[in-house]
Amino acid sequence: MTIQSLDPRITRAGIPSEDSRPLEPKEDLDQFETWEVFHQQKRGDFSEHVGSLHAPNAELALVMAKEQYARRFKCVGIWVVRTADILTLNTEDEDIFATNAEKKYRDAGGYRVGNRVSAFKQQQAQAKSEGAA
Amino acid sequence: MNEAAITDLITRLADDALIIAHRNSEWTGLGPMLEEDIAFSSIAQDKLGHAQALYNILHTNFGQPDPDTVAFTRNEAQFRCCHLVELPIGDYAFSLIRHFLHDAAEWVRYEALEQSTVVPLAQLARKIKGEIKYHLFHAKTWVVQLGAQGNEESHARMQSALNETFPLALGMFEPSEFDGELAAAGIYPGEGQVQQRWLELIAPVLEQATLRMPLVEGADLAASYGGRKGYHTVHLQPMLNEMAEVYRIDPAAEW
Repeated sequence: MTIQSLDPRITRAGIPSEDSRPLEPKEDLDQFETWEVFHQQKRGDFSEHVGSLHAPNAELALVMAKEQYARRFKCVGIWVVRTADILTLNTEDEDIFATNAEKKYRDAGGYRVGNRVSAFKQQQAQAKSEGAA
Repeated sequence: MNEAAITDLITRLADDALIIAHRNSEWTGLGPMLEEDIAFSSIAQDKLGHAQALYNILHTNFGQPDPDTVAFTRNEAQFRCCHLVELPIGDYAFSLIRHFLHDAAEWVRYEALEQSTVVPLAQLARKIKGEIKYHLFHAKTWVVQLGAQGNEESHARMQSALNETFPLALGMFEPSEFDGELAAAGIYPGEGQVQQRWLELIAPVLEQATLRMPLVEGADLAASYGGRKGYHTVHLQPMLNEMAEVYRIDPAAEW
């Protein structure tokens, strides 16, 4: 007995119905390695992470990335990188990301230079007019 | 001027695109892996779009009926597609080899059509160039992967699919009574020249894939001709019946 389906493609495939062929469990991780995909929406933009996919090697990862992540919207660049090649800090270790909230002293905004620039410009203009006279 | 020749040329191009689109779309949901299923389905949809654009040119510029009528109401003898695109999907090795051989020919055809004196055809060729470039990139990458970088089984299956498919692929270039007229009018270089450029395009890829090019000497004797004159394999009419099933129930249905 083969599977009879409303979808003629399934009926044509002649797949034995389940009572004659029990499903065999697949091996764990029986799939290609994963790749992370980055796309660039316009030239000069940062490449943004958009998702991941399975592929047997870098060339096919690029082939698949283009169609998985760039078939609908504008895209001018694609990167793929093997997931295993991405180095990360241990995200469980929250302490390392902890940061002192009070560090205004390190902000460039702390410097007041506007008045000194105006004074310098004024001085230059004055020197110039004196020289002309 | 040249209207019969142009109509015949565009019908051949459109029918090939429509039938390969339908065949390739039969893999949707059944592909060997999710990513490939999506990519192959998307390619099939692109081809359907190409067919529609070509039928539109016939409708707008050459007095043919609208695309749906042309696609869904003709019988097999009115189709001008080659035998290669008609065959059932077979196994994935066959479908990939067919995709590669067909899309390489498509690349050569549309590259030539960019210079065509039939303006809407030249415009369309420029518009869809990028899609066909991706289709061929997809096909080449798989052929090289399974031919040269897979294992003994993948290589053997690709070679055997290639041997089986090659005479059908040569049928894509069935000489047309209009070849001379089309070339003289700067519309299309003719099937002989397109076949030659196709061979030059596929040879290095097959070499890289460590696959043997099947016979080329005496190729015209082996080529599966007839499709361009309306003589088809037994596979076309059942496929047309299935493709037009909804249309025949309700021609005005939208989905």
